Amino acid sequence: MRLLWMVTLVIAFASMVSAGGEPNVPKPREPAKGETAPEKIPDVNTIVNRANLVAYYQGRDGKARVKMTIIDKKGQKRTKEFIILRKDVKEGGDQKYFVHFIRPVDERNTVFMVHKHADPKEDDDRWLYLPALSLVKRIAAGDKRTSFVGSNFLYEDVSGRSLQEDTHELIKTTDEFFVVKNVPKQPDTVEFSYYDVSIDRKTYMPMKMEYYDKKNKLYRVIEASQVKEIQGFPTVVRSIASDLNTGRRTEMEFSTVRYDIGLKDDIFTERYLHRPPQEARR
Amino acid sequence: MIQSKTETTLLVIGLIAVLSHRAQAFSTSGKTNSQENKTSFLSGLPVEVHGFYEIRSGYRTRKDKYEKDMSVMESRLQLDLSSYLDWADVKFKGDLIGDLVTEEADFDVREAHVFTMPFDFMDLKVGRQILTWGSGDLVFINDLFPKDWQSFFVGRDVEYLKAPSDAAKMSLFSKWANLDIVYTPRFDADRFIRGERISYWNSNLGRLAGRDAIQHTDKPNRWLKDSELAVRLYKNINNYEFALYGYRGYWKSPGGQDATRSQAIFPDLNAYGASVRGAVGRGIGNLEFGYYESDEDQSGKNALVNNSELRFLAGYAQEIGKDLTSGFQYYLEHMLDYSQYKDSSSSGLARDRNRHVLTVRLTKLLMNQNLRCSVFTYFSPSDKDVYMRPNLHYKASDNLALDIGSNIFFGDCPSTFFGQFQNNTNIYVGIRYSF
Repeated sequence: MRLLWMVTLVIAFASMVSAGGEPNVPKPREPAKGETAPEKIPDVNTIVNRANLVAYYQGRDGKARVKMTIIDKKGQKRTKEFIILRKDVKEGGDQKYFVHFIRPVDERNTVFMVHKHADPKEDDDRWLYLPALSLVKRIAAGDKRTSFVGSNFLYEDVSGRSLQEDTHELIKTTDEFFVVKNVPKQPDTVEFSYYDVSIDRKTYMPMKMEYYDKKNKLYRVIEASQVKEIQGFPTVVRSIASDLNTGRRTEMEFSTVRYDIGLKDDIFTERYLHRPPQEARR
Repeated sequence: MIQSKTETTLLVIGLIAVLSHRAQAFSTSGKTNSQENKTSFLSGLPVEVHGFYEIRSGYRTRKDKYEKDMSVMESRLQLDLSSYLDWADVKFKGDLIGDLVTEEADFDVREAHVFTMPFDFMDLKVGRQILTWGSGDLVFINDLFPKDWQSFFVGRDVEYLKAPSDAAKMSLFSKWANLDIVYTPRFDADRFIRGERISYWNSNLGRLAGRDAIQHTDKPNRWLKDSELAVRLYKNINNYEFALYGYRGYWKSPGGQDATRSQAIFPDLNAYGASVRGAVGRGIGNLEFGYYESDEDQSGKNALVNNSELRFLAGYAQEIGKDLTSGFQYYLEHMLDYSQYKDSSSSGLARDRNRHVLTVRLTKLLMNQNLRCSVFTYFSPSDKDVYMRPNLHYKASDNLALDIGSNIFFGDCPSTFFGQFQNNTNIYVGIRYSF
């Protein structure tokens, strides 16, 4: 019986992967050892566009179980655990997010839903469902550079910062990374003066983001500490955001990541706030 | 009281029976169907158990000769059991309360229901449940589901403002619009202010009263005959949420008097309304409207039954700083047939035709969002009274939360909506361990 179960699983998994189709990620020719990447270096807009797609738009939709551990400088920990569903309305454009909280227990079954608009002029639509009151609350669009659930990740880190908000400059190319410097077009609206992103040359995954304050001092780092290929898509499964000023950091671990699961549009409506869909439960 | 306790016990036993039956079904079907067996083992026990233990204590800040000094003094154990089965979700949530104000132990079943999706286009929830709709923030027009004003005013967690309904809710979904139909086979009244915990203006006595004059009521109480029906038709157009509402039932808090038996009554009420909510500028705006048709006093001539009313609400909420949000609302109760009311009203304390209320909410998150400071204020320029709800909520750890707050009432006149509660102004603290 156990064997039969295993076989079923393997077949299911294999068909899932093949159903995933060709990944969107460009797979450049692997340079031989010691070769100093003779291929043509793409222009900076191509790099940041690809990196944006790899970081936030893998597959048509996706889900993950996320565990966040927030650790302050005294070593005190807080845990947040949630299942996140994402569906792209348009590749590289609008998206819908459904975040179902599992931990801490007093926030269990709270749901946070976002209809994200890629156009920076249009505010996102956000809802919060409070289960004890059975209340669907509409939340005013907020500063996207506010902490997400009290962690070191900001709303903008979770759902992506619009490329149109910064100017981009390729400042360095190493064997492994393209390093892009991003300067905000409206510096008054953000707390940083610029940030550098190290983008993996093979996968186009942003691996490290370093934020500099108004005095050009490095104060905040987000690092992808583990990347796995899932259904052909390179996927960050562990990342850490650190605040160098306060010594506080947040580790984010992703498990049960799946892409192209065929999430229906109506999951991202009021109906499913009251009762999260199967996909958002485990 | 005895009757409701018996019902509660029956509910609990019924639910345990359902759950254990399903658990058994899992293990027997497992023998014939290995896959199901596997699923049940993988997910462990079929019941998820959560809840909290809480101690809450509050005192009046001034002497109230009709009430105890303690406004709230209780310990509470909440058990929250949920089971996700193939055919349905089963949920049970109940509070075991040791209450030193009433010197009673009580068991309050908050939720006990079965939820199922019989069709793609239909959700069904049957049993005891918390129901909410409408666009207001702590102001309700078309949400005619039961409220617990007592809990709200003594300083329990705001979740207790919602009292449970014993009802069946059917939701139908289509691309044109969605429809909710809630049928309550026996009227569920508000847990309204009746004097046992909170002193109030007693119009018969013409003075404040409390435990010396607990309000007796004649509540519609027959199954199926004294039922309530609430419907909502709603649609989201470009994230503007439009809704139409209808209600057929009773005034949820006493809306009249039976003079011969000196009891408060719940006259028939029909309500019709509409709301819209969506983005306005950088914030969220909402408008809501309701027509309350007091069916037993259509002409407004009966002084012993509430007149019909129009109710209106306009609100706006916006983030005004980092982790700082504000909200404003204007609310109006406009009495219809006012001259008839005025003519028939005997006492000198007739209310104004319009009751205007403004609300302001400010919420600030501090200490990495672990400390929430908030204040919600109701202010009525027509009644000249105020109700303020300042609160600090601190999450000391993932499981432990502390709550400190106050309910502050003041007003010029002892008979107005909030003014009558002046002597109930209180301060409370609570500590809750969630598991």
